[in-house]
Amino acid sequence: MNILTYIESRGGKVRPAGCEALSLARELADSSGGKSYGLLIGDNVESLAGDVKKFGIDKLILVENPELAGYSPEGYREAVLAAVAETGAEAVLLAASAMGRDLAPTLAARLDAGLLPDCVEAGYADGKLTVTRSVYAGRCMLELSATTMPVVISIRPKAFAIKERDESDLDIGKVNVDLGGKIRAKLLETKVEATGKIDVADADVIIAGGRGMKEADNFKLIEELAGILGGAIGASRAVVDTEWRPHSEQIGQTGKVVSPTLYIAAGISGAIQHMAGMRTSKVIVAINKDSEAPIFKSADYGIIGDAMEVLPALIEAVK
Amino acid sequence: MNIAVLVKLVPDSTAVVKIGDDRRYISTADLNFVLNPYDEYAVEEGLKIKEKEGGDVTVVSFGDDTAQKALRTALAMGAGAAVHIKSSGGSDMLGTAKSIASVLKDRGFDLIVAGKVAIDDDCGAIGPMVAELMDIPHVTAVHTLSLVDGKLTAERDIEGGVEVFESTLPALITAEKGLNDPRYATLKGIMMSKKKKIEVVEAESFESKTEVIKMSYPPSRPPGKIVGEGVEAVPELVKLLKEEAKVL
Ligand SMILES: Cc1cc2nc3c(=O)[nH]c(=O)nc-3n(C[C@H](O)[C@H](O)[C@H](O)COP(=O)(O)OP(=O)(O)OC[C@H]3O[C@@H](n4cnc5c(N)ncnc54)[C@H](O)[C@@H]3O)c2cc1C
Ligand SMILES: Nc1ncnc2c1ncn2[C@@H]1O[C@H](COP(=O)(O)O)[C@@H](O)[C@H]1O
Repeated sequence: MNILTYIESRGGKVRPAGCEALSLARELADSSGGKSYGLLIGDNVESLAGDVKKFGIDKLILVENPELAGYSPEGYREAVLAAVAETGAEAVLLAASAMGRDLAPTLAARLDAGLLPDCVEAGYADGKLTVTRSVYAGRCMLELSATTMPVVISIRPKAFAIKERDESDLDIGKVNVDLGGKIRAKLLETKVEATGKIDVADADVIIAGGRGMKEADNFKLIEELAGILGGAIGASRAVVDTEWRPHSEQIGQTGKVVSPTLYIAAGISGAIQHMAGMRTSKVIVAINKDSEAPIFKSADYGIIGDAMEVLPALIEAVK
Repeated sequence: MNIAVLVKLVPDSTAVVKIGDDRRYISTADLNFVLNPYDEYAVEEGLKIKEKEGGDVTVVSFGDDTAQKALRTALAMGAGAAVHIKSSGGSDMLGTAKSIASVLKDRGFDLIVAGKVAIDDDCGAIGPMVAELMDIPHVTAVHTLSLVDGKLTAERDIEGGVEVFESTLPALITAEKGLNDPRYATLKGIMMSKKKKIEVVEAESFESKTEVIKMSYPPSRPPGKIVGEGVEAVPELVKLLKEEAKVL
């Protein structure tokens, strides 16, 4: 099975999720006896080739066009379709990031392909591509396989490890696309959040606060701890609904799904919809004054206590 | 403005989901089904636009007869018409999207609104697929929308920022939390909705391109430990995070 991986990049950088996808692509190509093609899209992406040398790509395709400087479903769709036509790939692999969640179904519809979205496991055996994904907000796992080719697979960020190989010389090919008049939904601008702030989706450490933080001002403690640990700030829906925190920080079923190495939940009860967004974290720490709070059932380590006392002590201890 | 809103019935978000005997699907017995929460934002947005710009909102659902419950809920919120694309199931994402697109295609909608994701299958696929199959532009996970001079401007969150799109109409958007505050159906709305007729269209059937192998429960997290109470427990916690969990 020949696989084409769209390597997500933004702001002149390859995103880690793109490297995760390339690592998986090499494995799937090996187990199915196919080739791994990489694809970079943008207005000037040739300079990124060096960043992907270590992933055993058989050929790297560049699609460059001034109209691809920013993401648009129609522009990027055309770029991927051109690369599929060039390589004859049967599987298209990409990260289930904000971009990938938009692009994967778009591609599946145009390629008349099966869609395996947001997978957390994937393998090729007995002539079949089989994946596992979570459904019902993580309450069940579903194993699916593709019954036809082509197929489009997106993978959940951080679910697959980045595996580097020996550096090899890259075979690079360029493909042109004609986008004249094809982009009807155009990106006007990208507003980037204050620099230095890490997004929950990218973070290895997340410090999240809930209604038990008592007031918006107490999130200073969460911010301070996140600053020290190089982590991001998360929030329960209760504190997003009261507008203490922005929706971009909400974790859970109607927020973001995250899998950091360390997740510290302060003043969060652990409602099923919250757990849906963070239950795959490697280590969960809960700080809650109610020993009966459901969060303790899923936490690796718990402290029963007042978050406004425990957090300052924790800040002192890790400084 | 002629608006279509795609709606789906899903188990409510606190439901205890049990896997059925076939080990491939859930057992639907004893489950409480509701309108998908993201579709509430979608219906609300349709109604708000209609109230401002005039026109009508048609809600559309694909599925077996239970889909009519989702349509009734949306009608009670204020939608003017409803279409049930009747199917006995067995469709995958693309098959469902094809059935929906083939029914919407010739009805002249200016705007189609879907939910960002259905909280049962967690795919977020139907919206963009329908847009592509109808060859109209789309913007997904929209939390801020405005319509001016026959164009829409839509904002969506990405990792660490916000993207602002402008699109011509007709177009499809999918609704993210934050887009609006969905209204509740009033008693009058519920009474009125009972008088509205649901149009039923037989779904075309399309080949499925994916196959369910099995469904299972995720591995449960090993029981954790309570390190202690209050600030006294902090040094021990830090020690455990460093030495046992090795995450600090
Ligand atoms: C369709 C749907 C989707 C939803 N999606 C999400 C979602 O994406 N994300 C999400 O988070 N929720 C979601 N929810 C809401 C969810 O059900 C809960 O209501 C929410 O997670 C509760 O937030 P909380 O834990 O901060 O607040 P609460 O449940 O009020 O819990 C506060 C906790 O803080 C503790 N506490 C109080 N004071 C202190 C103190 N001084 N120190 C330490 N602890 C203290 C309390 O013991 C309690 O456990 C959704 C709900 C629905 C219906
Ligand atoms: N069977 C269906 N009938 C109508 N709309 C649907 C159906 N399934 C999904 N949708 C729409 O597509 C959105 C995303 O669903 P999904 O792709 O299943 O996660 C939902 O919020 C609905 O707006």
